Amino acid sequence: MTAMPRIETGVRVEDKLFQNRYMVDTGRPHITVKPHDKPSPNLLALTRVCPAKCYEQNERGQVEITADGCMECGTCRVLCEPSGEIEWNYPRGGFGVLFKFG
Amino acid sequence: MIEEKFDAIVVGAGMSGNAAAYTLAKRGLKVLQLERGEYAGSKNVQGAIMYASMLEQIIPDFREDAPLERHIVEQRFWMMDGHSHSGMHYRSDEFNSDNPNRYTIIRAQFDKWFSRKVRDAGVTVLTETTATELVYDTGGKVIGVRTDRRDGEIRADVVVLAEGVNGLLGTRAGLRETPKPETVALAVKEMHFLPEEVIEQRFNLRGAEGCVIEAAGTFTRGMTGLAFIYTNKECVSVGLGCLVSDYSKTMESPYELLEAFKQHPSVRGLLAGSEVKEYAAHLIPEGGYKAIPKLYGDGWVVVGDAAQLNNAIHREGSNLAMTSGRIAADAIFQVKSRRDAMTAENLSLYKKMLDDSFVIKDLKKYKDMPALLHTQSQNFFLTYPELVSKAAQNFLHVDGTPKLEKEKATSAAFIKARSRLGLVSDALKFAFAWR
Repeated sequence: MTAMPRIETGVRVEDKLFQNRYMVDTGRPHITVKPHDKPSPNLLALTRVCPAKCYEQNERGQVEITADGCMECGTCRVLCEPSGEIEWNYPRGGFGVLFKFG
Repeated sequence: MIEEKFDAIVVGAGMSGNAAAYTLAKRGLKVLQLERGEYAGSKNVQGAIMYASMLEQIIPDFREDAPLERHIVEQRFWMMDGHSHSGMHYRSDEFNSDNPNRYTIIRAQFDKWFSRKVRDAGVTVLTETTATELVYDTGGKVIGVRTDRRDGEIRADVVVLAEGVNGLLGTRAGLRETPKPETVALAVKEMHFLPEEVIEQRFNLRGAEGCVIEAAGTFTRGMTGLAFIYTNKECVSVGLGCLVSDYSKTMESPYELLEAFKQHPSVRGLLAGSEVKEYAAHLIPEGGYKAIPKLYGDGWVVVGDAAQLNNAIHREGSNLAMTSGRIAADAIFQVKSRRDAMTAENLSLYKKMLDDSFVIKDLKKYKDMPALLHTQSQNFFLTYPELVSKAAQNFLHVDGTPKLEKEKATSAAFIKARSRLGLVSDALKFAFAWR
């Protein structure tokens, strides 16, 4: 891909996720990131590509996840499960995102 | 373990799972269906366009009570650059027949309706239950599933894996691979609510008529992708999908791209003043024929998105899902009626029947298309949309330049961007992949 300046519309994904219905399984996140020093390119990409912006870099440059707004699309699983960088499960039955329209 | 044994367990209550469960129960089999969501549809996302013929083969009188949004009388294809769209429209009053062929639907509502039909047919539907593992006998045949409920092991003669594009059960068991970034697209979508009459005015519709727009162009920033605008009764579905492998390379953000698409001058006015009530994301299988995994084995079959059965060129997925579910059910019923065991050999009947159907025939036709579009994405999604826009402007802008000079300028722009050889080769490759 040619390098193009990225689009920044100023949209906040939090405002989008606010419209959704979730049943959060408190204390039992269905996705975890394995401890690491430096994230791989794919893991780092998740900070941009995850449609719910669940992944963020901490001050030490490591990638962390807060899965509360997760829409269970599986993009991170496809990118980072094969390398073992994340562990991905479905939420327990009845938990997670509940689409009103889908 | 739950003592009761079933003829079949269907994992998932999407299009393929509902089609399979319904068909199996109608043929007299004892069926259990598992769904991890609160209700059927609560985890499912689609554009969504539903094709009537494939549903008619399962529930012939579906029009009587299915929650259908609008029947489609107009299809628009747009090729877009930053400030323009050119395209192709087709609208016909003949689409206003008694039995329209295509409808827009809202999946959560449609799936609830389908699930009621499944229950009425006699299927035991267990929601809020995640299947976690397959259960095998000592010979390696699948004999049931384990769930996250207490005493969660359930036995059946055959397990129908209708677990969707991101299904864990079959991939964990090694029955198929986890989708690769190159074989799935990430789609994001919003539901924009507007008064019915506003939608009808903006899209030139009367009553239950519907219009759908599908667009490709520079808004995907060179990535292989597509956007859509579908009219429902009281809302408009707007979404955009690109290959996951492209996203990981460009590190673009899907919601930023969607936002930019919504702000495009050709789109903005269609959505003005709307209230967004949901934001959803889902993967779409894009690998085509070459990505189809093994479809059956000892005690199991796989259907729908889980089997990558999606025609990306014609944007058909749910009808392939429904059809594969129905055909798998028919195959299982035939094996069962002969009192044969659900072995891989006997279940290979499902593949034979699917090979003879439009599902595999269509996917085979376009087997080279994913590779072409995915590797040449810059040309098809960035360069050509810009060239076409320039050519159209050049053609329409009247300024006294002799027409011959204008045409020369247009062809020169194409040659400069792609070279003569590049243009011919793109055209040929496209033609061969389309064959």
